[in-house]
Amino acid sequence: MESKKSIPRKLNERYQNSKLSKIINNPFTFIVPYLIMFSIFILLPTIISAGLAFTDFNTIQKPSFVGFQNFINLLTNDSVFLKSALANTLKYALIVGPIGYFLSFFLAWSLGQVTKRARVLYTVLIYSPSITGGIMMTVVWQVFFSGDEAGYLNNLLLKIGFTKEPIIFLQNTNLLFPIIILIAIWSSAGVGFLAMIAGVLNVDRTLYEAAAIDGIKNRWQEVFYITIPMMKPQMLFGAVMAFVNAFNVSSVASALSGGNPPPQYAGWMILDHANDFGFARYEMGYASAITIVLFIVAFLFNRISYRLFSEKD
Amino acid sequence: MAFHNVSFNPRKFHKSQIKFHLYLIPISLFMMLPILFILNNAFKPFTELFAYPPKFFVRKPTLENFRMLFNFSVESGIPMTRFLFNSIVVALLVVFLSVLFSLMTAFAISKFSFKGKEKIFKINTMALMFVPIAVAIPRFLIIVKLGIFNTLWAHVLPLLAMPIGLFLVKQFIDQVPNELIEAARVDGASNWYIFFKVIVPLVKPAIVTVAFLAFQSSWGNIQSSTNFVDLETLKTLPFYLNTLVDGSGNIVASAGMNAAAQLLMFLPNFVLFILLQSRIMESMTHSGIK
Repeated sequence: MESKKSIPRKLNERYQNSKLSKIINNPFTFIVPYLIMFSIFILLPTIISAGLAFTDFNTIQKPSFVGFQNFINLLTNDSVFLKSALANTLKYALIVGPIGYFLSFFLAWSLGQVTKRARVLYTVLIYSPSITGGIMMTVVWQVFFSGDEAGYLNNLLLKIGFTKEPIIFLQNTNLLFPIIILIAIWSSAGVGFLAMIAGVLNVDRTLYEAAAIDGIKNRWQEVFYITIPMMKPQMLFGAVMAFVNAFNVSSVASALSGGNPPPQYAGWMILDHANDFGFARYEMGYASAITIVLFIVAFLFNRISYRLFSEKD
Repeated sequence: MAFHNVSFNPRKFHKSQIKFHLYLIPISLFMMLPILFILNNAFKPFTELFAYPPKFFVRKPTLENFRMLFNFSVESGIPMTRFLFNSIVVALLVVFLSVLFSLMTAFAISKFSFKGKEKIFKINTMALMFVPIAVAIPRFLIIVKLGIFNTLWAHVLPLLAMPIGLFLVKQFIDQVPNELIEAARVDGASNWYIFFKVIVPLVKPAIVTVAFLAFQSSWGNIQSSTNFVDLETLKTLPFYLNTLVDGSGNIVASAGMNAAAQLLMFLPNFVLFILLQSRIMESMTHSGIK
């Protein structure tokens, strides 16, 4: 080994026996920095959120304990939360999660069927929307869906005679949500997609050969009997990532429609609702209760993904 | 022949692959439309931006939009270069520290046995679901308590624990054979020596991937500028560009400047991805959750 030459033995032994060396070489020393950061900025905020959810807190006075009152109000009195925020988020997750996921898998699998050079090119192009980040990109879509005849889509629709008047896409409460879904699907090929490409390519070639001898007839059988079972871990990773993206969405509707809140709360998400109460009305207790509901919903979706794809039962 | 049936990961082009290209080409083109759009708009002169009917491709490219973007910032008091500088410093710190922390922790969890390590990794895997925007309020309270409100650290520290980073590196280090580490230990190498001389060189693809993801999360991060920093001079580029988008109110008037700004945000990530993609793909092979 190379290390034999580079460490003078004696010096190293003396160093290894010192107390300081014992401490800095302790496995725990390696995890301490991460653990501290994780505790302070991920664990602790989540715990504080859970705590504040049971209080009335306006950031100026001390939080006062109110029990389950926030949750009761949220689930019985807050029609914007039930009818818009919660409903939209669930609808969004249930549409964008699975569609984005299957699209990612389908594209990843297709990329496994072409030569490397073509694959790299396609990968870069298909992944590029996730690089840009959702909210910044709304500017592009604003112009694309612009409500006058100068908007690209309206211009096209007018030209082919689909409509006589330009359609006001972004202020139309019925159209805003589908547009948000479309944008989300467009940018859904993220890290999970990359993992799935790697998973597809990682399947042992000889398995396909063996399967061909054993009488697998077509690509469908290949996909269901070899590819998917062999890449289950990547499938699970992809599923978790798909739902992460789905629950992480906020303020897209406001950015697109140019109003906060957007007309009739179209496309209003749980996070928007939380931000509204937290940073516009300073009702931190109530806002925290909203985020706790989001965490619970996200956790349930996570469990479902594990149920479907985990190798352990 | 049996081998004939295996069309997966082909080495050469064959006409049986045409059917895949038939839908991959239009899908990729659709995916890159908005990026093409920004690229074209960023270089369009005023007259082309508002031409009717709208033109997708730029005819007479100009740098006018970029000049406007830089000048606009001068008018608002703080030059854009200041925000750019902040963003670069923050991104460098985030990339370096989060990669180092992820590596150290992943190494310990993968190659040592100590109490609670499975639990730590399990909690971390659950934290892949974590939604940072949802805890902006408690994070703000913590940052004030730590005394880093209105410092550059308020941008950096919240991003350092990256669950996906630890996750990816740990899965990758799992592939390093234990014998290699045992051999080094027999030779008298300390844990840190093994870490820097054995592990780090072997997991370069994972390092590159985490560095890329860390850069991406830092470069586009807007939360810290909105909530954890009050001083204008300490805010970062995405915040500034976002105020252009919001503040100018009139979409039409600032379309060109916006496109230039978008391009500025997007380009570093995109170029990095192209340069690093082969290593990123290599590390993704071990990304699965078992």
